[in-house]
Amino acid sequence: MRIQMRIRRFNPEADSKPWWGEYWVDVEGSDRVLDALHQVKWYQDGTLTLRRSCAHGICGSDAMVINGRNALACKVLMQDVGDVCQVEPLRSMPLIKDLVVDMEPFFAKYRAVLPYLINDDLPAAGERYQSQEARARYDDTTKCILCAACTTSCPSFWANEDYIGPAAIVQAHRFIFDDRDAAADLRLRVLNDADGVWRCRTVFNCVQACPREIDVTRAIGEVKLALMNGLED
Amino acid sequence: MIHTHRFETVVVGAGGAGLMAALYASQGSDTAVLTKLYPTRSHTGTAQGGIGAALGNLEEDRAEWHTFDTIKGSDYLADQDAVDLMCQEAVDVIYELEHMGLPFDRTPEGKIAQRPFGGHTSNFGEKPVRRACHAADRTGHMILQTLYQQCIARNVRFFDEFHVLDLLLSADGRATGVVAYEIDSGDLHVFHGKALIFATGGFGRMWEITSNAHSLTGDGPAIALHKGIPLEDMEFFQFHPTGIYKMGILITEGVRGEGGILRNRDGERFMERYAPNLKDLASRDVVSRAIYLEVRDNKGIDGGRYVHLDATHLGRQVVETKLADSAEFCKTYLGIDPAVDPMPVQPTAHYAMGGIPTNVDGEVQTNAQGDVMPGFYAAGEVACVSVHGANRLGTNSLVDLVVFGKRAGKAAAAYCQQNDWAELPAETWEPTQAMLQHMLGNEGQNNVADLRTEMQTLMMDKVGVFRTEEGIQSALNLIRELQESAQDITVMDKGKRFNTDILEAIELQNLLDLAEVTAASALARTESRGAHSREDHKARDDENWLTHTYASKVDGKVSLDYAPVNITIHHPMERTY
Repeated sequence: MRIQMRIRRFNPEADSKPWWGEYWVDVEGSDRVLDALHQVKWYQDGTLTLRRSCAHGICGSDAMVINGRNALACKVLMQDVGDVCQVEPLRSMPLIKDLVVDMEPFFAKYRAVLPYLINDDLPAAGERYQSQEARARYDDTTKCILCAACTTSCPSFWANEDYIGPAAIVQAHRFIFDDRDAAADLRLRVLNDADGVWRCRTVFNCVQACPREIDVTRAIGEVKLALMNGLED
Repeated sequence: MIHTHRFETVVVGAGGAGLMAALYASQGSDTAVLTKLYPTRSHTGTAQGGIGAALGNLEEDRAEWHTFDTIKGSDYLADQDAVDLMCQEAVDVIYELEHMGLPFDRTPEGKIAQRPFGGHTSNFGEKPVRRACHAADRTGHMILQTLYQQCIARNVRFFDEFHVLDLLLSADGRATGVVAYEIDSGDLHVFHGKALIFATGGFGRMWEITSNAHSLTGDGPAIALHKGIPLEDMEFFQFHPTGIYKMGILITEGVRGEGGILRNRDGERFMERYAPNLKDLASRDVVSRAIYLEVRDNKGIDGGRYVHLDATHLGRQVVETKLADSAEFCKTYLGIDPAVDPMPVQPTAHYAMGGIPTNVDGEVQTNAQGDVMPGFYAAGEVACVSVHGANRLGTNSLVDLVVFGKRAGKAAAAYCQQNDWAELPAETWEPTQAMLQHMLGNEGQNNVADLRTEMQTLMMDKVGVFRTEEGIQSALNLIRELQESAQDITVMDKGKRFNTDILEAIELQNLLDLAEVTAASALARTESRGAHSREDHKARDDENWLTHTYASKVDGKVSLDYAPVNITIHHPMERTY
């Protein structure tokens, strides 16, 4: 089928502001939006610029706004986009070129929640034991691939780019609720900041945006409860 | 603009091997990691089923059984001392990953959970054993995340989205630096190092149907080849039996580990005929060939080029918890629910057993005699130790990258402490700059995407699961034409900022150079062993071919040399499953 691609373009070396590029592609319904973007780049305009790698929803490179919603271009099929597929870069991120945004502010927030297990108390030999229930407690948030689809879908983040954002909270959740970790207090302190977890207004955009189907708003809610009531033991 | 940096250890690539190497190198040397992606985008993250180690958490298991399975799986081409070392060290490295915080699944008593995987057995081939330590079916994702987390905790210095284009050697033949292209600015950076570790991963994008990411273009081995380093055992490339039909996306072997069954158009469990003992859990080369033979025999589903992977009897609970990602791929890309419908699968180009030759400390060898280049290391899929020989067992890629990433990182740190800086050569960035300018200025008649598609189709048809002399020779001739054509291209993007157009052109040239040595190595090996299956030489020939291939480019031609396999424990036997 023949579909029109409307792609938000911006070349920092030539353009003073972004513009819409329009292209026609011949695709199968089972093709990904990423395939359509490649068709434009490979056969029509080699200057079209995007990030991508694994092409099946694991590496998190190709988060973008597709027909108004945040998604990975490799996880949206052309049969689901309608007659016109409109593609834009992630919102509220510094724009570099076309669909490429500067990810560094996003990763800086990730690093701020101390995203690593803190516990120097190691067994003399073998693994630490963890019950299946304790392992299940934080399973959902281990799925995060740091694609930024959630954070950049959040109206609180659009209004205030200092908001630490859902992705960093999800990463914090993964350690706060891991009973092997000993530094939940440090992370909760970071998230209790004015630009921390309380900026979340439970709009649920993040849940819709997450390509890994993480229940992001629930994770944020659990962190809020931990801040109010303390961690359950 | 040219920038210069000095780090004692420079790691190229930030997947599992690169990050593990960086963690250890940074404990004894000032370390930088360069990656053309962001570290968390690396392909290690897509590994699904598990990482093998004889923990024996659910039943008796021993490292020497893991060693035997790996050697047998390799069709006796792996170096046995290296395999033994890997399988022994795997156990402690798994515990180390757990200590770093890796969220392994757990047994009822709270130990690391393990499941069966293709080719892994107890008591030297007797029956399948639960050896694959897993974290749902996103074990690679968890390894990548955990190692990156540890790098953040230890303040490892990263240069994200830096694409390495050249390796610098000193006048006395030591590795002394790399030239990298900063993707955002288009600037060149010279990194002067004492020790360089290549951990750039594989090159599955050489084939049409592949599980590999777009970024897996073999930049590391291609650069090494250009600098006179031979590439080892390039004729051995693994086709994983269960890629999603037409797309190549991997469906984990864990599906069969949990009890999934391959069926042909008649609904027959055909693996019973090819591997009466291990059946669907025979090693990957065996299963991939079986699928090709079924298809050739008109037993593919609806007469097509695929078979069914049936997990419908496993129950929704298993499918949605233990095989969640595979189930999700099927829903997203095929609109099917594997708890209800069988999955259409075909073999997909998956893993390079060959690569840059190294010893067990990651030191890069410059010839078949095993001489090493001081200061140059490689680890992970890019390297050939060789622990996988002619066919890698499932889970062993993850074992390889943590065990040998660690060893390379340690060795590099020790090297930095014992050695002074080697001088950079007189010319550093200049040849790379000239190459880029030439490519930008050239108004050639060929399109990069067209040439890439031609290469991928050619390699799939002629240098794929089954091969013949005639087919490989015709492929080799065409690859040489494509190499010529790839010099006469037009890069449409002439800009400096984020010019992925020019990088795709360079990646194509790298792939073509690797395709040439792959085909040349395959043409010369007149036997069938592991993943290299010659229809005109169907038998394994231990008399003449218990050897590793070393392929170099000398004066523009591929030159082949050979070294004997290191056989210390298990004498080659007939390989049946």
